[in-house]
Amino acid sequence: MSITYLEAIREAQAKALADDPRVYIYGQDVGDFGGAFKATKNLAKEFPGRVIDAPISEDAIIGSAIGAAIEGMRPIIEMQYADFSTAGFNQIVNHAATLHWRTQVPCPITIRLPSGGTAGSGPFHSQSMEALYATYPGLIVMTPATVEDAYSMLLEAVAIDDPVIFCEHKYLYYHLKAEALPTEAMPTGKARIARAGRDVTIVAYSAMVHEALAMAEELATEGTEVEVVDLRSIKPLDTDTVLASVARTGRLLAVGEAWPWGGVTAEVVARVASEGLALLDAPPMRLNAKDTPVPFHPNLWGTHRPTARSIAAAVRKLLSY
Amino acid sequence: MVQKTITSPIKAVKTDDKQDAYIKAFRWMLLARISEEKYASLYRGGKIFGGVFVGKGQEALSVSLGVALRKGDVFAPLIRDQAARLAFGETLLDATRTYLGSRLGPMRGRDGNVHRGRPLDGYLPMISHLGAMIPAVSGVLFARKLQGTTGTVGATCIGDGGTSTGAFHEGLNLAAVEKLPLVLVVANNQYAYSTPTSKQFVCADLVDKAIGYGVAGHSVDGTNLASCLQVVGNAVEQARQGHGPQLVVASILRLAGHGEHDDAHYIDEKLKQSSIGQDCLKLAENFLLEQAWANSSDIELWRNDAMQQIEEAVAIAQREPAPDPDAEDWCALATRHLSDGFIE
Repeated sequence: MSITYLEAIREAQAKALADDPRVYIYGQDVGDFGGAFKATKNLAKEFPGRVIDAPISEDAIIGSAIGAAIEGMRPIIEMQYADFSTAGFNQIVNHAATLHWRTQVPCPITIRLPSGGTAGSGPFHSQSMEALYATYPGLIVMTPATVEDAYSMLLEAVAIDDPVIFCEHKYLYYHLKAEALPTEAMPTGKARIARAGRDVTIVAYSAMVHEALAMAEELATEGTEVEVVDLRSIKPLDTDTVLASVARTGRLLAVGEAWPWGGVTAEVVARVASEGLALLDAPPMRLNAKDTPVPFHPNLWGTHRPTARSIAAAVRKLLSY
Repeated sequence: MVQKTITSPIKAVKTDDKQDAYIKAFRWMLLARISEEKYASLYRGGKIFGGVFVGKGQEALSVSLGVALRKGDVFAPLIRDQAARLAFGETLLDATRTYLGSRLGPMRGRDGNVHRGRPLDGYLPMISHLGAMIPAVSGVLFARKLQGTTGTVGATCIGDGGTSTGAFHEGLNLAAVEKLPLVLVVANNQYAYSTPTSKQFVCADLVDKAIGYGVAGHSVDGTNLASCLQVVGNAVEQARQGHGPQLVVASILRLAGHGEHDDAHYIDEKLKQSSIGQDCLKLAENFLLEQAWANSSDIELWRNDAMQQIEEAVAIAQREPAPDPDAEDWCALATRHLSDGFIE
């Protein structure tokens, strides 16, 4: 038996609904239809009255989740695409994120963002929004890269007493498979060494972990041993694990699928530079998507985002110092 | 420290229900007006950080909602709802502590003036983005629907300008779709800050929007306390009985600036002279005297009582400590161990 990243997300929601009567799912087409990506397939049938179709009203969907959370519920909100969360942005960053700070009343809502690019999806169904949310205080931002993390981190997100932005990558939905669901999990806030190596550290998250791992395989044949750190969550960001890795390798490349201005890769480089400059044998590097909207055509999309190939080129450059 | 409760100004002394309700409402209006006059005076004296936003001219409408709500209902007031807040159960001390930035207030210096509430008491603190509280109140009601709780209502308020927001549309529509017991009170006070309604909407009457959402609509003269008590009270009752969202639109004029920083020079003189330009508090006082429900010495007594209450609250709050940045917990998360290392 094998289980995909998408099925893990469905199973985590089924378990959350089964374990906790305070949990409900709200979003566009999540009910009998099972969601645009089928992440809630059959859940409306299995949990009558608790998996509910919403009008196309991202602001009201998030706003209502805040009210429900105040009332003691633990809503799971599906934004049909991460891109559409901008239409609910105000409620997320100004209302959900500020509630506990202002009133000491927690706001336990989980907002699932089907994130990142797939070929043919274009400018409005491909975005990586994680850095935008991470910059606001009061939010936790998860970016699972594995089937196991998709499952266990989503369950943890529902249990956490704060708003969690759960960035699940659409490219991984069907591509990624595991033998079984995990029975134990690393806690949120701890990064994972996805591959050990002595020559260079790649810090990545979400789908970019897999591009980095593919590249590492390729470079291993040339005798270069790449270490890949999977951040798992970008807020909190596990600086200690990143610094420990850089201490071993002396070289840092931060890779992200989001746009190049600011963002996660800039944050990683800034932290290593300010806290671990002496560990570096070469200037820290970043690799991101191009500074344009995400293109539709597969030829363009495949070049817009970092890939194993472009990561390998960046690593070779980094090793030349 | 245990919060001191300011003595309620309400003493039921009359036997007639309608008369009694009117007098109760009038006294909340008076307390709202006098307390806000005090805040404005403190603001002019440089004793208040940030702004002061008064509900002068809106008290009759506001109080009518506050008195119609019960314990267990949920309420998200907007900026000109001092009267409703007090009638709903907020203490004058909570309000005053928030204006003065006391560490002991409900917002502890982290938020100020009209941004105050106690969510666990069903009293939600507004954010500044207009319309945002409509989905939030709807969410509380949605949760209660899921939990099988009936008999409670949720209420929130907005102005003419706020009806132009997407959140207004989304929130009211969602409440209608789920048939939630939401009461949405629109105070059409003719101006959104300086912008007249002619630049805000072109429908003949805002209450017509109710038809578009498939909800009940009610119009009321917001200067008339008796009408407000009747219309708003009925809307709340309709929601409580399960008849879905209720949109109440009141015609009034803002008798002050947007905030105390604003001299409101832009308000049309003709509107000031029109029937909506009348002061609801003065009209209510006249009505009390005409009906012989009170005489001028009763009213003077109530006024003095209100002044004493606000002076007491200010005296308490002014003696209290301000927030201490060194003692402040700079953590925005409830889940402390997931903070990202910036806490100092």
